[in-house]
Amino acid sequence: MESTPATLKSRATAALLALAFLLAAMPGHAQLRLDITQGVRDAVPIAVVPFGGQAEGGASDIAAVVANDLRMSGRFAPLERRDMVTRPTSGAEIRFEDWRLLKSDFIVVGRVEPDGAGLAVNFELHNVRTGASLLAQRLPSTEKGLRATAHRIADLVFERLTGIPGAFSTRIAYVAVDGKPPAQRYRLIVADADGFNPRTVLESREPIMSPAWSPDGQNLAYVSFEGKVSAVYVQSLATGQRSRVSARAGINGAPAWSPDGRRLALTLSRDGNLDIYTLELATQTLTRVTSDDAIDTEAEWSKDGQSLYFTSDRAGNAQVYRVRLDEARKAERVTFTNGYNARPRMSPDGKQLALVTLDRGGYRIGVMDLASRNLRVLTNARQDESPSFAPNGAMVIYATREGGRGSLAIASSDGAFQQRLSSDQGDVRDPAWQPFAVSR
Amino acid sequence: MKLMHVLAVAILSLGLAACSKPTKPDEATAGPAESGAATSGVGVDAGAGTATQLTPQQQALAAIQQKNIVYFDFDSSEIRSEFVPVVASHAQYLVKYPTARVRLEGHTDERGSREYNIGLGERRAQTVRRALLAQGVTESQITTVSYGEERPAVEGSDEAAYAQNRRVELVHAQ
Repeated sequence: MESTPATLKSRATAALLALAFLLAAMPGHAQLRLDITQGVRDAVPIAVVPFGGQAEGGASDIAAVVANDLRMSGRFAPLERRDMVTRPTSGAEIRFEDWRLLKSDFIVVGRVEPDGAGLAVNFELHNVRTGASLLAQRLPSTEKGLRATAHRIADLVFERLTGIPGAFSTRIAYVAVDGKPPAQRYRLIVADADGFNPRTVLESREPIMSPAWSPDGQNLAYVSFEGKVSAVYVQSLATGQRSRVSARAGINGAPAWSPDGRRLALTLSRDGNLDIYTLELATQTLTRVTSDDAIDTEAEWSKDGQSLYFTSDRAGNAQVYRVRLDEARKAERVTFTNGYNARPRMSPDGKQLALVTLDRGGYRIGVMDLASRNLRVLTNARQDESPSFAPNGAMVIYATREGGRGSLAIASSDGAFQQRLSSDQGDVRDPAWQPFAVSR
Repeated sequence: MKLMHVLAVAILSLGLAACSKPTKPDEATAGPAESGAATSGVGVDAGAGTATQLTPQQQALAAIQQKNIVYFDFDSSEIRSEFVPVVASHAQYLVKYPTARVRLEGHTDERGSREYNIGLGERRAQTVRRALLAQGVTESQITTVSYGEERPAVEGSDEAAYAQNRRVELVHAQ
């Protein structure tokens, strides 16, 4: 109503710019869009002031990336830019009383500077109430690397304020599907944790499923039906080189890496009966772990590598069991709360399992504490599946459906906060969050 | 013994075919309008292409391929009675032509966990496999694959879509 032709025009320009920016940012694939679907009341207010030395609103707008990351964690409520009265770019320029009035508890400022052939990013984190400096660092960067530097800043700020390492510099793998059945196209994609920089690592007319990160975060194991039957592959992300590690008769599915990265747990079938095996990658030594008439699948390793958690319907419906990898290989049931519990995924500290649970008529994501066996349901849709913990344990990414389409979603591990990562083209599904590199 | 078995199956399936009604979710197979008559397969594209005469085997194949999907109830891998004659007609064909091959593709609806659904789809394919074996088809003629929920026949998140997606497709070579 109030739009003048001039603002309309500028909006159109902004939309075109945004479009051009999106097209430039996505080599052949649609960007994931982040929407907060359930916020938290006690999120910490923080001001992330636009950084000096760079234009606002571009793809490498550091403050925008940092604010988005912090918002995505569910623990912070970044101040809107339009509410910022001043634009300090160093600690000395901050007038703390301004930011107290804006009710920000913390403030992040910084600037980008030329540094030799590249760039350097200075940033500072201050407590607004006390004026105390909490962080001040200079990070080397490049024009292309500014988003990565911004994620690193978000990691450091998050860790300084919560005590938990940030996971914003990690990546996610997922499967995107477009086209109508039966002519569908499947793509395995690796993107930044905020959905940015999607990169297709495999494309096929046949299904791709169950991507799993190696513990060093350098390789993906996955299932591909490209030979019209299922097979498990391991692919290096750095080189793109891949090898087919299991193409036995019947089913080859549900790969999961052992904590030392030497073995894969797999689901194989003989005469249609699914059982769990472990495969030593270097020697191709196969060891059978379960053997009964039920469906045994979706193995996940315990933190110490001594046992596997898995889904089985040996008691009539899907439940999670644990089997020790010793001589006896005796399986014990782990879940008792609901009539369907499947696809266990271990938390980084080894103390919790994320799983799919049938809760009041809907398939939802639950987190079970292994010590108390207490199951907490995090989500509330009808068709949530494929949970995967962030490497800092603070969030769980999973697949959900909205409006008949698959999208990804992230919930804080306490369930207080939810957001959706949806694609505007086709389905996205089967997310897996990259672990921290071992060097950390 | 074997001939008796074949005859028994043939008689059984003829008898059942006579009283079988068109099956409910068959819109999904997108075949030409079905008359139910065994000869209506002529002219269906069975790989021959041109006006050359179809061999008896091709004719037989075209006829059984009009019904090549077995649908299942939720969380079930039992062959419903209405699909017993479908399986029997394919068994009859495979017994008559021992060099013929069939691939059983098991599918589920989208509910529940993906890899677990691979297991459910496999269980369905195995049920059909066992039914074929019981009717004299040899093991070497059959392969199975499970796609779980990965290859739906139709899109949609309602019971109508689910019913069409819980299935085993009997796919014949060539």
